[in-house]
Amino acid sequence: MPDTEQTRLSRRAWLAAASGTAASGFVMTRWDALKAEPSPGPMPVRPPQQVAPAAADPTKVPGRFVSEVGTRAPGVQPRRLVRTLALSSSSRTPLQDLQGTITPSDLHFERHHAGVPDIVAGDHELLVHGMVERPMVFRMADLRRYPQTSRICFVECSGNGGGAYSRSRMPTAISPQQLDGLLSTSEWTGAMLSTILRDVGVRPGASWILAEGADAAVMSRSVPLDKAMDDAMLAYGQNGEAIRPEQGYPVRLLLPGWEGNAQVKWLRRIEVTDRPTMTRDETSRYTDPLKDGTARQFSFVMDAKSIITFPSYPYVLPESGWWEIEGLAWTGRGRITRVEVSTDGGRSWSDAVLQPPVLSKSTVRFRHLWDWDGRETVILSRATDETGYVQPTIRQLWDARGEGTAYHQNHQRAWKVAADGVVTFGLGDLL
Amino acid sequence: MTPGGGIFRPARDGALVPVAAVRNAGRGLALAGAAVLLLAACAPEQPPPQAMAEDGGDWHAALPGHAPGRFGFGTPATEDRVALWDIDIKPDGEGLPPGSGTVAEGRVVYEAQCLQCHGPTGTEGPNDRLVSSGPWEQWPAGRTVGGYWPYATTLYDYTRKAMPQTTPGILSDDDVYAVVAYVLHLSGLVPADGVMDAASLAAVEMPYRDRFVPDDRTGGPEIR
Repeated sequence: MPDTEQTRLSRRAWLAAASGTAASGFVMTRWDALKAEPSPGPMPVRPPQQVAPAAADPTKVPGRFVSEVGTRAPGVQPRRLVRTLALSSSSRTPLQDLQGTITPSDLHFERHHAGVPDIVAGDHELLVHGMVERPMVFRMADLRRYPQTSRICFVECSGNGGGAYSRSRMPTAISPQQLDGLLSTSEWTGAMLSTILRDVGVRPGASWILAEGADAAVMSRSVPLDKAMDDAMLAYGQNGEAIRPEQGYPVRLLLPGWEGNAQVKWLRRIEVTDRPTMTRDETSRYTDPLKDGTARQFSFVMDAKSIITFPSYPYVLPESGWWEIEGLAWTGRGRITRVEVSTDGGRSWSDAVLQPPVLSKSTVRFRHLWDWDGRETVILSRATDETGYVQPTIRQLWDARGEGTAYHQNHQRAWKVAADGVVTFGLGDLL
Repeated sequence: MTPGGGIFRPARDGALVPVAAVRNAGRGLALAGAAVLLLAACAPEQPPPQAMAEDGGDWHAALPGHAPGRFGFGTPATEDRVALWDIDIKPDGEGLPPGSGTVAEGRVVYEAQCLQCHGPTGTEGPNDRLVSSGPWEQWPAGRTVGGYWPYATTLYDYTRKAMPQTTPGILSDDDVYAVVAYVLHLSGLVPADGVMDAASLAAVEMPYRDRFVPDDRTGGPEIR
């Protein structure tokens, strides 16, 4: 991506441009901050959205007609960040650009292993077999007849945060989207898997299921039957509409709080078994080599994590004063009970406000008022969940695991706020 | 039949068991163990569903007490239908098809179908490195087949399902045996005159199988 005019603007020019926009004495939010051009990464996948010229006085010009399908507000263009245009690739949610906790469905992160299949819902079938009394084929119309439930929860790739996990790879110019954008939250709608399994009749001795997708990777994962019977869903709705093709249309497995890879999309088969199948993605991948020479397997649960999304790279604070720090916290083990924020590099901590709703296995937004004195500092957050687990420092993770795995990197994230207001990823400054 | 009123959730044996809500310091619901529930002479007192919804958690799986024993939706799957889709290979070799392939045959398959992405010797890429040469000073040295994968059967399962990436499914069962034999040979695990079939593939001992351990993270204060 070529340099833009904005990239070449000096910080001084930004500050000059901002003067007068953020008056002293008021609490400033990210809307009052400036934004540097994020470091390059995405290739231009589609042209920028056309923005209609704004009327000089919109009260004097009739507006546009109603429409069947809405559009984003002009000039508001949050984008996923595409890693590479490849069959096995990912795109990341722009965490630093969003509000609340729900991710717009078209901004939900993607991770595919052989592209997004085009599936006609009317032709799609789900086979449930194995250690069951009645092997069955379900069409979508069948699945929709089962009692329905909706649940707000996050889906996160266990590789999230892998951009900053070792001493040798500690970036500075990395945004929340780049570091943790393999995280999204939706209201998912569907049938409980326990209801379907009850219908087919699980045989005694069964202890696992194999979930298999209808994509070209035939993505397959083994899941303990306990989870399948607990809160697993067959989700066909997302944020009020049909689940998006990138998220598994017409139906995906939803395993609240567990790593995204196991939540098989485009679900076409469930086999009830008495042992794991040991598929590629639960052996070669999504296992965690530890410092004692073992590799942790079936590490499904996403432990408590939080990240400050403002101020963060690539924001620039134009002046000192009252700023509202905000971010997201989440845990796969239930509820977030506490988020603390430090504005002095971890020497002291204050409780942040948890913004309702605080839901189990969902992201929660936290806020903390901060009177920035204009001096360089490092800000960070740490989450506590209902089990008493406190989001660890990266040193605690290294002590426990070593540096052999990029998966499950839930260490405390930090941002360095320089005296000139430029914000960069600051974990390296704490090491 | 389950009693009317209250809310229930399915157990593994198909029974609907009452959701016993135990309020824990005002947050969350803990589900009493199924054994305890089965021993209970009568259903414990039920909290109102609305209260459970506010508390979150287990209410998602709830069914009303008058739910039928079975809904009976869907169509019975015939044996042929199951056989058509039941393509996965278990780690003990269950599911491996008839047929076989040699290392020499596998080289031909590899060079035609795999080399472009994995390189002439499985080490060059540009896609995943398949082969690493041991012994390794530091484990793991990448996630190569011989240097990491715990089960040889996984290689068959994955290759047959997902490879080659742009034309998955074009390899015959014999082709998959052959190319698996070749990759295992490149990894030093099968001799040059090796033959892979259902029995021999399941018998391949992967060097690092015993390194894999179950997840020991449990929440709580300890960092693992």
